[in-house]
Amino acid sequence: MSDADQRRPRGESPAEPATRPARLVLDSDQIQRACARMAHQILEANRGAAGLVLVGIPTRGVALADRLARAMSEVEGVDIPVGALDITLYRDDLRRHPTRTVGRTHLPLSVDNAVVVLVDDVLYSGRTVRAALDALGDLGRPRAVRLAVLVDRGHRELPIRADHVGKNIPTRANERVSVRLAEVDGVNEITISPGDDPVPTADGLELPDPVDGAL
Amino acid sequence: MRHLLSAGDLSLAETTGILDLAEQMSLVQARPVKKLPALRGRTVVNLFFEDSTRTRSSFEIAGKWLSADVINISAKGSSVSKGESLRDTVLTVAAMGVDALVIRHHASGAPWQVTQWIDAQVLNAGDGTHEHPTQALLDAFTLRRHFRRTAPGQIDFAGRTVAVVGDVTHSRVARSNVLLLQTLGARVVLVAPPTLMPSGVDSWPVETSHDLDAVLPEVDAVMMLRVQRERMSGGYFPTPREYTVGYGLTRTRLGLLRPDAAICHPGPMNRGLEISADAADSGRSRILDQVAAGVSVRMAVLYQLLGGEDDTPAGGSADARPRTEGRREAPAPDPRGQR
Repeated sequence: MSDADQRRPRGESPAEPATRPARLVLDSDQIQRACARMAHQILEANRGAAGLVLVGIPTRGVALADRLARAMSEVEGVDIPVGALDITLYRDDLRRHPTRTVGRTHLPLSVDNAVVVLVDDVLYSGRTVRAALDALGDLGRPRAVRLAVLVDRGHRELPIRADHVGKNIPTRANERVSVRLAEVDGVNEITISPGDDPVPTADGLELPDPVDGAL
Repeated sequence: MRHLLSAGDLSLAETTGILDLAEQMSLVQARPVKKLPALRGRTVVNLFFEDSTRTRSSFEIAGKWLSADVINISAKGSSVSKGESLRDTVLTVAAMGVDALVIRHHASGAPWQVTQWIDAQVLNAGDGTHEHPTQALLDAFTLRRHFRRTAPGQIDFAGRTVAVVGDVTHSRVARSNVLLLQTLGARVVLVAPPTLMPSGVDSWPVETSHDLDAVLPEVDAVMMLRVQRERMSGGYFPTPREYTVGYGLTRTRLGLLRPDAAICHPGPMNRGLEISADAADSGRSRILDQVAAGVSVRMAVLYQLLGGEDDTPAGGSADARPRTEGRREAPAPDPRGQR
């Protein structure tokens, strides 16, 4: 579940082929390099792998967390624990949609005193991350929580920012960012397709402010 | 999903969805904070016209762990004992603005009747000798876990044989289980003395037998039913002792069961009558697993019914007004399948 999902009527998935031409922003190699760089950044910020737990937000966040963990263990030579945190039951829009399907939550170990890195594919409104923070708080008390996203597309509606960003992609609010990963969609690519009609953003701005860690 | 009145209303996909969701909900029991915010602001009323321990308390825990406000009303100690009718009681409760009504009633069909009066979601927690759908769901949940543990990688219910033994005539648990196990693809054998086999059972999708010893060796699971003395006017069997000899899961019969077969009982047990202490406390007994599953399954059901947008027009207290005659004759199309 990505932030982008929260803004979209149920039934459309980010992997759905767009009817209008979609612009390729990152190809498979570029996604690979972005992941490798994020893996290094996370290790550097944490001064090693000690106490780290990567927690992906289903569906594509979990696949990304697995990739980051693999890249990090290649560097550090230790296994990095990876978990999945479904945030459906913590969403703030449950009563605006038909009943949503709940995904799988699985944590390899207690998050108490761990440094939890939340991993998701797209950071958009920030509402998914808000829900994830609430969910995490009910599971334990991490020493710190960081946020790693493959794409930051701007248009935040909550005071939330990512610690590690694979790629900042300035977008219009009505555009659709589709992250496809081989584990889920059989192909690695990030595309932007034009939206149907203008969607007003919370702050009226169409383009996001530059965020640290831009490509 | 709108209302849960009968296990027969659930499709295979809906049933599997509820069981999968219940697996996720069961993780909450192991968490430090046993609370999910999904039903915050929802109100669930448990309206129980019959005694209950596990069903009422597990519905209450399920609602509370999902952050709903749960109110319990039992016939004893309420205006029902002053002679208030079911309709008036239900309309009174609905007028307070409840989102779901969990109802147990001694009259078969009472929950369905209630859906004709109010707009809140109605969950059948046992109606007379008719149905008890959440019990069937928690039995299916318990059995699915058991099958997955004893035979990993196999299909959950197809090709499985489940024996339902005892007082089938008076058992809503048996009726709901027959319907749900049929949906799931299991083969059901009803075993009962001729006096406790319901009339019309030939039209049910089951096999029947009066010989427990012949059935036990082939089953993957055996569900012992409680002998419901409160529903019996007498004459169904000569003596309790004779019932036990013919249809009780005694220590001797335990030896006929396969080592990997599961023993279930919906509770409360009459130890020494339909089930021996040896069977109830054996390693093959899944009876306490059933109780634990009750909370998870009821959380899943409450979320399915209340977790999304209201499918009736918003309007607060307007929901509580009795429906007009015209609307009752032409009910709104069933929104099932739109979820």
